[in-house]
Amino acid sequence: MSDDQQNWPLFEVFIRGRAGLEHKHVGSLHAADGQMALEHARDLYTRRMEGVSLWVVRSKDITASDPDDADALFEPAKDKIYRHPTFYEIPDEVKNL
Amino acid sequence: MYTQGLDALGDESLLLPEEELAELEARFQAKIDADEKIEPKDWMPAAYRLTLIRQISQHAHSEIVGMLPEGNWISRAPTLKRKCILIAKVQDEGGHGAYLYSAAETLGISREQMVEQLLSGQAKYSSIFNYPTPSWADIGTIGWLVDGAAIMNQIPLCRCSYGPYARAMVRICKEESFHQRQGFELMMQLCKGSSDQKRMAQEALNRWWWPSLMMFGPSDANSRHTEQSMRWKIKRFTNDELRQKFVDATVPQAEFLGLTLPDDALSWNEQTEHYDFGSIDWDEFQRVLAGQGPCNQERIAARISAHENGAWVREAAMVHAAKQAQRAARE
Repeated sequence: MSDDQQNWPLFEVFIRGRAGLEHKHVGSLHAADGQMALEHARDLYTRRMEGVSLWVVRSKDITASDPDDADALFEPAKDKIYRHPTFYEIPDEVKNL
Repeated sequence: MYTQGLDALGDESLLLPEEELAELEARFQAKIDADEKIEPKDWMPAAYRLTLIRQISQHAHSEIVGMLPEGNWISRAPTLKRKCILIAKVQDEGGHGAYLYSAAETLGISREQMVEQLLSGQAKYSSIFNYPTPSWADIGTIGWLVDGAAIMNQIPLCRCSYGPYARAMVRICKEESFHQRQGFELMMQLCKGSSDQKRMAQEALNRWWWPSLMMFGPSDANSRHTEQSMRWKIKRFTNDELRQKFVDATVPQAEFLGLTLPDDALSWNEQTEHYDFGSIDWDEFQRVLAGQGPCNQERIAARISAHENGAWVREAAMVHAAKQAQRAARE
């Protein structure tokens, strides 16, 4: 077996803290498959009632943005201040706006 | 997403022209100075990466080896309550090791490589876990002093400049507090018990006090990595500062228990408003680190045997997963 087949792959773990909240990334772990990853995630990340639901996903299946592209991706939003409600000046006497 | 950098262990930086590298380094340090966090795929100097790999993997190894001195008391815990507490604590230590291995993996080293370094003796772990636990009171003392010292050391690491390490430490510190408190409570019970029980508590304290002080590492004058680590905000306090904090916090706790810390030189200093304490036997520290502590060989032998005896489980799980995937593909 090659090294890749021998070693348990890496999974990322996401927990829903309680009903009504979104799943949030909490860390990673190794497991042979998704089912085992769920069991390990339960033992590793929810020993103290940290959540009510778990997601696990193979780390290699995540497509992530490159930090070097951060400016190109996120900077343009900075000069579009008209997207924020505070951009618009409305007299105080106008209510409920 | 975290081990995709496996092939990029910072080596590519060496190929950069000198000015470009200097500029990258300046930008990196400016980020650190502005208290921004560094994340796995961000550019970082190769030395920063290697320092973190060394520190986080040592930390992870310490958690894993740290299960051994306590694990051998699970079957002998005096009550069901104490047995449950100890099992939970040892499980936490295993968990802490796993969080930390994951954090180190984001830097481009695999868990298999780290385990290999531990088992071959190439990697270090905390000197403290090479001391034996002959009595039940040692379990209380470990929680009170060893986990107490660990907390002193770890709380500043929650603000470490490397994001995944800082986040792992937040989780660990939350759990560590239970470890220290159960240890102190165990000691309280022994100290309120028979004279034999109190003597047992005192003897355990005598065994663990000095090794606990050594946990903070060499004195500042002899600490090779401190200055650079502080500039990178991996470390926020020096070894001696943390050691002093620990002594100041622990002396009143020992007084409360009615136990005596085994140090004739220990006294309150009005001027500094800290406790003065005797000198540490650094030769002993170096001996234990170099592998000649009372239990070094036993600890590593236990890890090697666990790793080897677990090999068939790791393999079987992979074969099972492959079979399930094949079946699912056919259906």
